[in-house]
Amino acid sequence: MDIYIFYGLSILMIFSSIMVLVSKKGIHSLLYLIFSFFTLAGHYVLLNAQFLAVVHIIVYAGAIMVLFLFSVMLLNLNVESEVPKSLYARLAAVVASGLLLVTLISALKGFDISSTKPIHLSQIGTVENLGKILYSDYLLPFEIASVLFISAMVGAVMLGRKELNF
Amino acid sequence: MDANFFIYKLILIAAILGLSLLVAMYATLLERKLAAFFQDRLGPNRAGKWGLLQPLADGVKLFFKEEFIPASADKFLYVLGPSLSMLVALLTSAVIPWGPSINIGGTEYALQVANVNIGVLYLFAIVSIGVYGIMIGGWASNNKYALLGAVRASSQMISYELALGLSIVALVMTSGSLNLSEIVNQQDGFKWNIFYQPLGFIIFLICAFAETNRAPFDLPECETELIGGYHTEYSSMKLGFYLFAEYINMFVSGAIIATLFLGGYDFPGIDQLGLSQNALAAAGFLVLFAKISFIIFLFMWIRWTLPRFRYDQLMKLGWKKLLPLAVLNIILTGFISLLMQ
Amino acid sequence: MKLTNRSKVVSDKNMTMKERLYLPAIATGMGITFMHLFKKSVTVEYPAQQRPFADVYRGHHVLKRDEQGRERCTACGLCALACPAEAITMTAAEREPGEEHLYREEKYAKVYEINMLRCIFCGLCEEACPKEAIFLTKRIVHAEYEREDFVYGKDKLVESADSDKRIDVSIRQTPQVLEFKKDNTKRHNK
Repeated sequence: MDIYIFYGLSILMIFSSIMVLVSKKGIHSLLYLIFSFFTLAGHYVLLNAQFLAVVHIIVYAGAIMVLFLFSVMLLNLNVESEVPKSLYARLAAVVASGLLLVTLISALKGFDISSTKPIHLSQIGTVENLGKILYSDYLLPFEIASVLFISAMVGAVMLGRKELNF
Repeated sequence: MDANFFIYKLILIAAILGLSLLVAMYATLLERKLAAFFQDRLGPNRAGKWGLLQPLADGVKLFFKEEFIPASADKFLYVLGPSLSMLVALLTSAVIPWGPSINIGGTEYALQVANVNIGVLYLFAIVSIGVYGIMIGGWASNNKYALLGAVRASSQMISYELALGLSIVALVMTSGSLNLSEIVNQQDGFKWNIFYQPLGFIIFLICAFAETNRAPFDLPECETELIGGYHTEYSSMKLGFYLFAEYINMFVSGAIIATLFLGGYDFPGIDQLGLSQNALAAAGFLVLFAKISFIIFLFMWIRWTLPRFRYDQLMKLGWKKLLPLAVLNIILTGFISLLMQ
Repeated sequence: MKLTNRSKVVSDKNMTMKERLYLPAIATGMGITFMHLFKKSVTVEYPAQQRPFADVYRGHHVLKRDEQGRERCTACGLCALACPAEAITMTAAEREPGEEHLYREEKYAKVYEINMLRCIFCGLCEEACPKEAIFLTKRIVHAEYEREDFVYGKDKLVESADSDKRIDVSIRQTPQVLEFKKDNTKRHNK
């Protein structure tokens, strides 16, 4: 049964990801993106990582995308008001995304899918295990990430102030 | 999966769904009645005795109104908005333990649809996506008042989500579990979390008001400034869904507050009555229901007492008062629990 | 200048810590609203339950008939003259032979109209009437859909000739009232 759910979720996810790119209206793209986040959360649940799934929804769908939606709503995104991109910009975009594609393909090419054992530990994604691992094995990266966030927040506050007195 | 188990869950889901809808229906009547009583009036009393059929009359009226979709609206999103609001409002009730487990034919059945380990986080996730229904509906209406209402709703909900989450963090620190039924079991015997987390309770309560868009935080549908706010363009049952979702949200947040802070279905001395297991479950459910009713009453009581916030006051309260208080609460909780060890 | 004892001196001094917490103030306010739950409702359920009117309530006018069912009004125009709102208009006509059972005097009002939107229900028409023909009654002037419908003609003003459908105005014809009407120095209409 899991395999059908997996395929169903994957099809929905790929479809919504394509729709993110194809949609004409900015809001529609965003909503498809949010939908694809939900399908991703579904994948996490399939992998028994409920905590990750829920946090993914809280952080991405619940907070970041709301802010995105918020700003896109206030922008008046029309086809008419959009400035046509120059040829160079389009070329650069094609080259950059093509390079990304090449990187991804080369990364996945040498990967032997049969060598990874399917892990079916029911406890792998629980809060306890995640917390223990975060605060023991990955303590340093975790703390560094939090410092990064604090500096980002301080930076945002600094930029948001009315007068900048450097 | 056991067939019995499956059928039981289906029945439970249907029962909870029906209960939430029924409670929401009669909450509308209660709201109008209480508003009247607080203002020395009588309230609706034409439909049935004491106006008991008024919710039905309102529902019938909404159903038979013209379905109107503005020409410039985004049709799909316009319909999606209210449905999403309703869906999210109903989703939350899945993880709430409605009573002690019951015993049918020697098998134990929990009065909870899904006993997930991370129930608290699930609640928080649902709350955080609750804003989409309002935002999508407000934007799709293609109306400036609706858009302003939607923008207000989203910024208000994002702001108060933070303090809400942080107040839950302090609660989780004392309980040591994210599982709702375990949190309820820990509060057994009048060890309610409100006594351990009074500050957290107040913060949570205020944020619950803000998250359900109830007065004094009902700026998204502020009539004096925004006509109807995000549902200005809505009519018929789509409007009904929005209004209904608000009452379901009120019911569910009452259930959450009762579960997290007021001991859920626990009542001091209920174990000593010598009731059989199923009777105990029924009594527990009634206790929980009484607590929820009290919180719904509190919601309405506050609505008819306090005036609406001004927008800057709302933001100031959320970011400059509640958020630091919630952080302080976490620090205090950590400090005290360290001393207790 | 102090007009009432309830006036309060306004000051904008800084709030104390207790005041800035707001919670005590909120609790007080909620206490006040809670007390209102137990107060008696002030609602009058109108169609089912009517408030008692004062006996001298001035509402919908009536044009009286005499004991034999003849219209008392003689179209003298004193009521129209007395009316401060200029709400009354009338057209007089001469009584034809054979109409003695309809009109008491030789002259009668063929058209008698009161514009209820203009009328201020002051009762000066009643005071001016020398024939005891027009009175204000306890009846309410009803709402209408059109402005024109508020111009009441004789169909709405003259009371029915049936003796059991007569409108009792004896409360407005007490001896004191009749005495008052005789004394010209006390009249409002001068």
